[in-house]
Amino acid sequence: MADTIVIEVARYSPESDGAPHFASYQVPLRKDWMVLDALNYIKDNLDGSLAFRWSCRMGICGSCGMLVDGYERLTCETRLIQFQPGPVRVQPLRHFPVARDLVIDMSDFIEKLNKVRPWIVRKDTTPPAREYLQTPEQLGNFVQYSHCINCMLCYSACPVYGIDQRFIGPAALALAERYNLDSRDQGASDRLDVLSQHDGIWDCTVIGECSEVCPKEVDPSLAIQEFKLTATKEWYKSFLMPWGGK
Amino acid sequence: METSSHDVLLVGGGGAALRAAIAVCETDPALSVAVVSKVYPMRSHTVSAEGGAAGVIGEDDTLDEHAYDTISGGDWLSDQDAVEIFVNEVPRELLRLEHWGCPWSRRDDGKVAVRPFGGMKKMRTWFAADKTGFHMLHTLFQTSLRFPIARYDETFVTKLLVEDGRVCGVVALELKSGKVRVITAKAVIICTGGCGRVFPYTTNANICTGDGMALAYRAGGPLKDMEMVQYHPTGLPMTGILITEASRAEGGYLLNKDGYRYLQDYNLGKPQPQPVFRSMELGPRDRLSQAFVKEMAKGRTIKGPYGDIVHLDLRHLGEEKIQARLPMVRELCVKYENIDPVKEMIPVRPVMHYMMGGVHTDTNGATPVKGLYAAGEAACVSINGSNRLGSNSLGELLVFGARAGKAAAQYAAQSAMPGANPVLALGADEEHRIERDYLRKSAGHEKIVALRTEMQQAMESGAGIYRDRGSLEAAVKKLAELQDRYRAIAIDDHSHVFNTQLVAALELGFLLDASEAIVHSALRRDESRGAHQRTDFPERDDKKFLAHSLVSRGNDGRPMVSYLPVTITRWPPGKRVYGEPTDGGHDSH
Repeated sequence: MADTIVIEVARYSPESDGAPHFASYQVPLRKDWMVLDALNYIKDNLDGSLAFRWSCRMGICGSCGMLVDGYERLTCETRLIQFQPGPVRVQPLRHFPVARDLVIDMSDFIEKLNKVRPWIVRKDTTPPAREYLQTPEQLGNFVQYSHCINCMLCYSACPVYGIDQRFIGPAALALAERYNLDSRDQGASDRLDVLSQHDGIWDCTVIGECSEVCPKEVDPSLAIQEFKLTATKEWYKSFLMPWGGK
Repeated sequence: METSSHDVLLVGGGGAALRAAIAVCETDPALSVAVVSKVYPMRSHTVSAEGGAAGVIGEDDTLDEHAYDTISGGDWLSDQDAVEIFVNEVPRELLRLEHWGCPWSRRDDGKVAVRPFGGMKKMRTWFAADKTGFHMLHTLFQTSLRFPIARYDETFVTKLLVEDGRVCGVVALELKSGKVRVITAKAVIICTGGCGRVFPYTTNANICTGDGMALAYRAGGPLKDMEMVQYHPTGLPMTGILITEASRAEGGYLLNKDGYRYLQDYNLGKPQPQPVFRSMELGPRDRLSQAFVKEMAKGRTIKGPYGDIVHLDLRHLGEEKIQARLPMVRELCVKYENIDPVKEMIPVRPVMHYMMGGVHTDTNGATPVKGLYAAGEAACVSINGSNRLGSNSLGELLVFGARAGKAAAQYAAQSAMPGANPVLALGADEEHRIERDYLRKSAGHEKIVALRTEMQQAMESGAGIYRDRGSLEAAVKKLAELQDRYRAIAIDDHSHVFNTQLVAALELGFLLDASEAIVHSALRRDESRGAHQRTDFPERDDKKFLAHSLVSRGNDGRPMVSYLPVTITRWPPGKRVYGEPTDGGHDSH
């Protein structure tokens, strides 16, 4: 095993660069290092101006999603050694504006998250004095969708979002479905109106890039298909029973 | 300079901040509330909490037993009025999270499930598999979206503005643009979490840099019980990643190099095949971390590349249970240690985990500085005393987040908005300081990474699991040197947009203040209590130290320590007993 590896990092500063470019850094190749450890090595020892997000370094905060070797990954859980002999490229996620270096501007997602009403909607205004009963099976119906860490890997991998940024996108749809399938929620019909406004979901072709890159084994692709089915049923209901299908 | 204004401003975006922000909306919908956080709220460190949140729910459990476990767990340094409020309100708060959609793990009959936890005499820890903090944070964040809460995401607060002894807002750096913002507010609530990054090995995220503690300290708010630093007995060796106590609550064993359950040698009970409340692996964290150090001194730990380790053995639990109850533990072991706990033992060591100490508040989250409140790990109410029990912190951030939000809302509703002119002048001063001392400085030569590493080494050797006068005096001296050298800090990055090096430099300043508060209060507490173990004063001394330490910044900028008596209501100081039959403390009443 070589002692070092070269990392080519996409650099871009809106204050001084016209366009992104790559800079190469030679870093130690340690068997227990993640790509994030190498980025921190660069920042601490080689170039303090390199900008990237990270925090928990345990795959749960969702900050450190990047393209490594052209593939969407959380850098805190991606072992460096698999890329030897190198060089390995680290780039910002696709389909988002780049704020600087490896930092994307994800404000589009933050706005979209609001739109899917990711909270429990109840028709009764006063909650009970005790918990809503929910069996382990009922919990199991939605819980995988609740594991989304908003890391944006699925948006970067999504070909539909790449073409049309009006598409609400995999993570937001998975979260909508997370609440739709929660036995405590009564807001599915409210969410349907918002979600079916735009054609994006019908362009999604079940290839499932989103589910493939998800580091938390959420299946947004399934959520989208489930949602299409519900939307179709509702459309037929409103067509066949215009007096009140919902 | 950009300016804006709100009635109540939350600094931080984790569990305590979001709960507090919702409480402000519910207390007075007419108030304007905003959350300013250096990361998007769902990135906050609450996300990393794993095991659960304690609140009495079982029919065989009582509030008094939860109170007793908490107080004895904290070695009688907890304020008992605060503990009584906490145990009384936490079940309701956890229920609210349930109503808001938190995916709590369930029993077959659909009711919320509870699990045992360290130092707890009954099953009362609610959990969402072993991602409880993650689920609580995302539930709170998503629920907060339906309230009119303004947000300043990725905006780093550098200073609290104080005019005439009253907090009147903050100065903050908007990372995306690099613009300095002045946000005025009638009330400010600090919810910025802990300062684990003062130590080299910690479960804490990179963002846990004691920002709010230092902000309050610089603004005249004292820090309380800062010497009380919790080491979690089971962190992964290189990364410090947390392996939850729930893995022991589910039946995991701690084994030394001979495969022996060594905790039986440290007055923690006799080993049984099944977990026993308040015994062995379910003893309190301080005692377990101390046992590790003693076991290491006997040469019975295992040498590893990142220091000595012991083994956490889950193999006898079986794949099905591990996958159902501890999926994240398994995932972390596979990803970060290349081992599967179904088949292999997990190497673990004690790592710094939690600050019992923090910004001094009363039971409504109010600090002595008018208009300034605090909640969550950043605050010290204190319910945790000298050692927090596992699963009390997630409940604490809900109960005292809500109480601080309500109190701040009521205060703001009766207060006038601070005058714009003095606030703008203070803001301009701070903008000038950031430009002069960091961005435009050319003479600096001290590297951030060097100062940070030296600070962490000083804290580890000076104020770790065991301390003494000599080790603490050395740390005090070293930190004073580092504070001096910090003035010559070098910044290579002079740009404005997303300048993470500037943030790291400012964070280092906060870390140094937090470190000094820790070592100065530890040096003056000449006793051993809970997590504060002085080898030169091995006994608890209730005559002198049944008291909270308060660190304030003196006129010369140096820390000054004073004391405040502990509030005792119904549980006079007693002996901490683990591993022997007790009846939940009723004999201590």
